[in-house]
Amino acid sequence: MPLLELRGITKDFPGVRALDGVSFDLEAGEVHALCGENGAGKSTLIKVLSGFYPAGSYGGDILLDLQPVQFKSIREAEEHGISLIAQELALVPELSVAENISLGREPVRGGLIRWEQVNADAKRALELVGLDVDPRRPVRQLGIGQQQMVEIAKALIKSARILVLDEPTAALTEADAVRLLRFLAELRNRGISSIYISHRLEEVFRIADRITVLRDGRSVGTERTSELTSDRIISMMVGREVKTLYPRPERLPGDVVLAVQGWSVEDPLNPGRHVLKDVGFELRKGEVLGIAGLMGAGRTALVSSLFGAARSRVEGTLRIAGREGAAPMRSPREAIASGMALVSEDRKRYGLVLEASVGENITLATLRRFVHGLLLDNRQREKEAGAQALALRIKAAGLGTVVNHLSGGNQQKVVLGKWLLSRPRMLFLDEPTRGIDVGAKAEIYQLVKELAASGLAVIMVSSELPEVLGMSHRVLVLNQGRQTALLEGDAATPETVMAAATVKV
Amino acid sequence: MRLNINWRALTMVGALVVIWIAFSIATEGTFLTPRNLSLLARQMAVTALLAIGMVMVIVAGQIDLSVGALAGLMGAISAMAFTNRDWPLWAAFLLALVAGTALGLVQGNLVAWLRIPPFIVTLGGMLVFQGVLLGVTGGVSTSPTRAYLYVGQSYVPKMLGWIGAGLIAAFFVYRTLRDKGAGRWKWLGLAALALVFAGVMNGYAGIPVPVLLVLVLAALFSGMANHMPFGRHLYAIGGNREAAFYSGINIERHIIGVFGLMGFMAGAAGIVLTARVGSATSDAGRMMELDAIAAAVIGGTSLLGGQGTVWGALLGALVMASLDNGMSLLNTESFWQPIIKGAILVAAVAVDLAGRKGR
Repeated sequence: MPLLELRGITKDFPGVRALDGVSFDLEAGEVHALCGENGAGKSTLIKVLSGFYPAGSYGGDILLDLQPVQFKSIREAEEHGISLIAQELALVPELSVAENISLGREPVRGGLIRWEQVNADAKRALELVGLDVDPRRPVRQLGIGQQQMVEIAKALIKSARILVLDEPTAALTEADAVRLLRFLAELRNRGISSIYISHRLEEVFRIADRITVLRDGRSVGTERTSELTSDRIISMMVGREVKTLYPRPERLPGDVVLAVQGWSVEDPLNPGRHVLKDVGFELRKGEVLGIAGLMGAGRTALVSSLFGAARSRVEGTLRIAGREGAAPMRSPREAIASGMALVSEDRKRYGLVLEASVGENITLATLRRFVHGLLLDNRQREKEAGAQALALRIKAAGLGTVVNHLSGGNQQKVVLGKWLLSRPRMLFLDEPTRGIDVGAKAEIYQLVKELAASGLAVIMVSSELPEVLGMSHRVLVLNQGRQTALLEGDAATPETVMAAATVKV
Repeated sequence: MRLNINWRALTMVGALVVIWIAFSIATEGTFLTPRNLSLLARQMAVTALLAIGMVMVIVAGQIDLSVGALAGLMGAISAMAFTNRDWPLWAAFLLALVAGTALGLVQGNLVAWLRIPPFIVTLGGMLVFQGVLLGVTGGVSTSPTRAYLYVGQSYVPKMLGWIGAGLIAAFFVYRTLRDKGAGRWKWLGLAALALVFAGVMNGYAGIPVPVLLVLVLAALFSGMANHMPFGRHLYAIGGNREAAFYSGINIERHIIGVFGLMGFMAGAAGIVLTARVGSATSDAGRMMELDAIAAAVIGGTSLLGGQGTVWGALLGALVMASLDNGMSLLNTESFWQPIIKGAILVAAVAVDLAGRKGR
């Protein structure tokens, strides 16, 4: 008997049918994963289920314990034991852990909040998830993994029977993600079911009992995990077989473009300590150098410090062919002038003006080039932006389309286009495929391959091991700020990289 | 968090002490006489009332630019109802409070349901209220009789002042004894502060009624902010609106509510303003919204929302009033006053930001 059943759910937005007769069911004590590309309807489906979209705004039926239910709000869904843990962490950083856990349902006597009760509840909730922090501490002092557990604690204390998790591991470190998965398995044993959305297929295989794949607002199928392979899921998601996800670029041993020696970066939060210590490597023309390592190993610090964007003291030498001296870059401005380009980790925050058009965004970093006299030559701008959009195969109605309306993959291409327009010699990619669906990932890989083949020197930071291994000629492994390996070609295997990433330094 | 608050509070108190010492030296002691401190306390009352409401508005991530004009308008219609229409005093007061709350609720509804940015709604409100004020007064000031002025100009009998302060001090001493840890010593400091305050005020004519009103309302608002779901939800909404939404908090209702409370405070401020000045004029309250915002910000309120305390805003209002008062004592030419206040406002935020980076 299914605990929860969705029948023929249909949801329309102006001009788009986001869900088209989707059916889905969940057994008691089951982890059921939802897979699909961005825009396939996963988030819409769980928002229908969790009362985010009130009853009446969608078609179809929701049955809980075989009884039809209609949720007018998130709160009503919670009262029925369905708790949504949204993609963005829904905690208030300035409030205490305890307050966050009881937020919206504070115990009250005579109009006043009963703080002893709030703190006692929080303690109990934190014990449920095995998190040992003082409930009176403000949430912003907690690590992201801990914050995620606070959110789950918050859901559990509402006596949730069904947890709906939307990309819960997206922001977590490897270790925290493992802990979370283990915890969900434990909850399953206690009879609490989960609906699990993730782009990371290896997680889905690890945790899910069954997998439902959505595509274009329809359910493509539901299978037991044991009967599926990741290739099969990917082909269900994209509707075609993705043969070679990682087109490793051919090797063109070119000249050295960038040589880094004794590279150390001070920890901005703990002066005297280092987030990077004594890193050194050479980067050649046409080469893809992968940077691997666990979260916090210093990968982002490496590319951002090379790019002159570090907020703390940087030591070491940095030689670029054709540049005088060996001093670190003083600012991103200088780095750009020396031929560097950085596609940062969080494209929405650092890479794009979301409300501006594709054309505006592509030409944003190179506006100077289009100035004639006092004015911008908009025709020239459009021409060059258009050429980039075409070369990068950006799918948008036109150059005037607002970037916010594009999918993650196309947004990432806009960022790439912006930097390619500055004609860099070195391209630093920090997690270039984060939050992008599988089909778009393959396209980004293809682009990186083409760019390398055209002579660009690429550094690619990635948390996804298959991606680093599949794309890179060489892999530099960081481990707590130290360089523990620089592996050539076939020497880089999952085993060697993980060994270097986890070895004690 | 606790460290954070202490650091901010200490800087503010430190700045106030520096300002006070500077003025008392410059005025050869006149600044610190009970007579002048009593005047200072009365001078800050109106700004303080507005600032108390403003903190909650800003904490919720909103802003209200209409409160000065609204206070002026409420002060005028209340005085006119009492003086020209012979309403009973309580009805004239109630009129200002109810009408102020109602107009606040209207603005709140526009912000919450029509999604008009609060800056625009209340900028429009400010202009409308200024116009209505000019219209209803016809440019003529109204001077209510003695009974009305009581709330602005009279004093609590000295004996009652001592008893009240004594009870509060006793309560703080009790908390010092009951609580544990280093945090409890602050209660002892507050007990001493209550007694010193009563002593200084009784050293002149007693605790001024408008100042008592400020303290009572500040205590009520502070209690609401820290111990009632409504208040905590305002912090949540300002701190992370999404989180508040996902926690099932009705954001619209809270925003409407906080504008309603602000309107209520504008009504109260209007009454005190008329009563203190002795008449309601057609440009009363003008620019006071900016003083209220400045007081809140100097007192540690973040314009980004989610952070701020009522007592901090009171401290901010005290800093502003001290500057006005001290410069008047020194016969500083009046054009200097806004210049200095503006510089202090920017400096206060700069110091706070620098302090945060250091941690």
